[in-house]
Amino acid sequence: MTTIVTDNCKGCRFTDCVTVCPVACFHADDNMLYIDNLVCIQCSACIPICPVHAIYADDDIPEDQRNWIEINAERSQALPVLSDKQEPLPEAEERKKALGF
Amino acid sequence: MDAPETASNPLRVAVVGAGPSGFYAAEALLKSGQNVRVDMIERLPAPYGLVRYGVAPDHPKLKEAILVYAVIAHLPHFNLLSNVAVGRDVTVEELRAHYHGVIFACGAETDRHLGIPGEDLPGSHTATEFVAWYNGHPDYRERSFDLSAEVVAIVGQGNVAADVCRILAKSVDELKATDIAEHALDALAASRVREIHVIGRRGAAQAKFTNKELKELGELPSCDAVVDPQDMELNPESVVELEVKSNFVSVKNVEIFRAFAARGPTGKPRRIVFHFLQSPVAITGAARMEQVVLARNRLEGAPLQQVARETGETDQLQCGLLFRSIGYSGVPIPGVPFDARRGVFPSQDGRIVDGGGAVVPGLYAAGWIKRGPTGIIGTNRADSIATVKSLLADLPRLAPAAKVGEALEPLLMARGVRIVNLADWLKIDAAEVARGQPKSKPREKFTRVAEMLKCLDGP
Repeated sequence: MTTIVTDNCKGCRFTDCVTVCPVACFHADDNMLYIDNLVCIQCSACIPICPVHAIYADDDIPEDQRNWIEINAERSQALPVLSDKQEPLPEAEERKKALGF
Repeated sequence: MDAPETASNPLRVAVVGAGPSGFYAAEALLKSGQNVRVDMIERLPAPYGLVRYGVAPDHPKLKEAILVYAVIAHLPHFNLLSNVAVGRDVTVEELRAHYHGVIFACGAETDRHLGIPGEDLPGSHTATEFVAWYNGHPDYRERSFDLSAEVVAIVGQGNVAADVCRILAKSVDELKATDIAEHALDALAASRVREIHVIGRRGAAQAKFTNKELKELGELPSCDAVVDPQDMELNPESVVELEVKSNFVSVKNVEIFRAFAARGPTGKPRRIVFHFLQSPVAITGAARMEQVVLARNRLEGAPLQQVARETGETDQLQCGLLFRSIGYSGVPIPGVPFDARRGVFPSQDGRIVDGGGAVVPGLYAAGWIKRGPTGIIGTNRADSIATVKSLLADLPRLAPAAKVGEALEPLLMARGVRIVNLADWLKIDAAEVARGQPKSKPREKFTRVAEMLKCLDGP
């Protein structure tokens, strides 16, 4: 079982997800967040709370986003945990609109 | 004495309740960088609250949240005082004397009522009771449920309803390698349940299931998921709702329901039947419940704000067992203000307030007892962090409690309380795991307090 952050997080970084994660499995760089699936308990709480539907699990992961499985695995190991909500990126609202949300 | 949080006078906090919000509060305190000591006081011998006694046994991955709490329990300056009930073994006044601050994270232990005639007939139960029973909660050990009933109704379409549904729908073979309580597995082995009706007051587009849990109900090896295709003819407002991109959870739910409707029953021994736009208005029967009367509803209001209104038409559903899954409520503790209507300890930013809205110094609330039974496990993390932030901001104003620094243990022991500390719990935990091994279960829980204590002290 796998839950991952995908493309829509880039340029948004709303970070609502970290406020509902029971196990602090989100890691972040300046652009977006990544899930450490070695820690994630697959509770899927983060999926509905993301304002831009960037998070997917298992067979719901769109075909064109499956490359993010490996990216999440790699980046989450290299980056620090983010467990407190942060200000979204300055262009987040604009990007959210552009994505149709 | 020095102000709290100095080398000679560390900040002492009691956290009442060893569930998720209690552990997140303890973690926030112990990682705050302050000189702090945390005593976690739990009514039952076993910690972990609803993760142990609420999360369904067939969702073991979700129970792994316990691994995170176990790490917190091993942090320096964390002290577990289990099998200690506030209000019974120690008063709130005494806690206020021994600690600078007390954080209540004791959850919502009881159920809400539907408020309909016949609700208390035998055979009509809350989902909470059933969940606590199959999870081996000592308070619910002696409950019994008439699983000779062939038709069962579940009121509510959220995730607790989904859990109850799966436990009733699965065969014993599908459950026997989980940590489900032995008494529940034995009772379920004799179950004659064949039809499970899941009743929602609004439509398919408003059901509160998560996608994952709804999908799971359609993938059970010995149970069909059935939806009447007519129920998938949505009103125009619901169609509009599904065009809102941020409403993606409901979009997916409707897609799943449509797949159930298109597939129809496939001849599996059990079936789950989803009902929409129906609300129970009465439960009837002579000696025990025999049927539930369901009012038909229509939706009123703007998209995403639609509410259910009764149309005046009713249907009857013959069923021998009913579970209502409509929410939990907190229970009062003497010495703490209680809002009976909301079933919470009233608070502002986590600070408990009295009836007049004045802050009661030193008392705090976190988790469900603070905000009501909403959100999932992780929601409590942010909630507890916020409460701890308030407590730490109050530090300069926290009264120097009279007996602060005096341990609570001697007082409890003088009263004959058998404190279960972390080392004790680890013994019980290991014994449960060992009991489970021969049956290939992750653990076989002790379901009576006396059994847990016997494992520490002998017969």
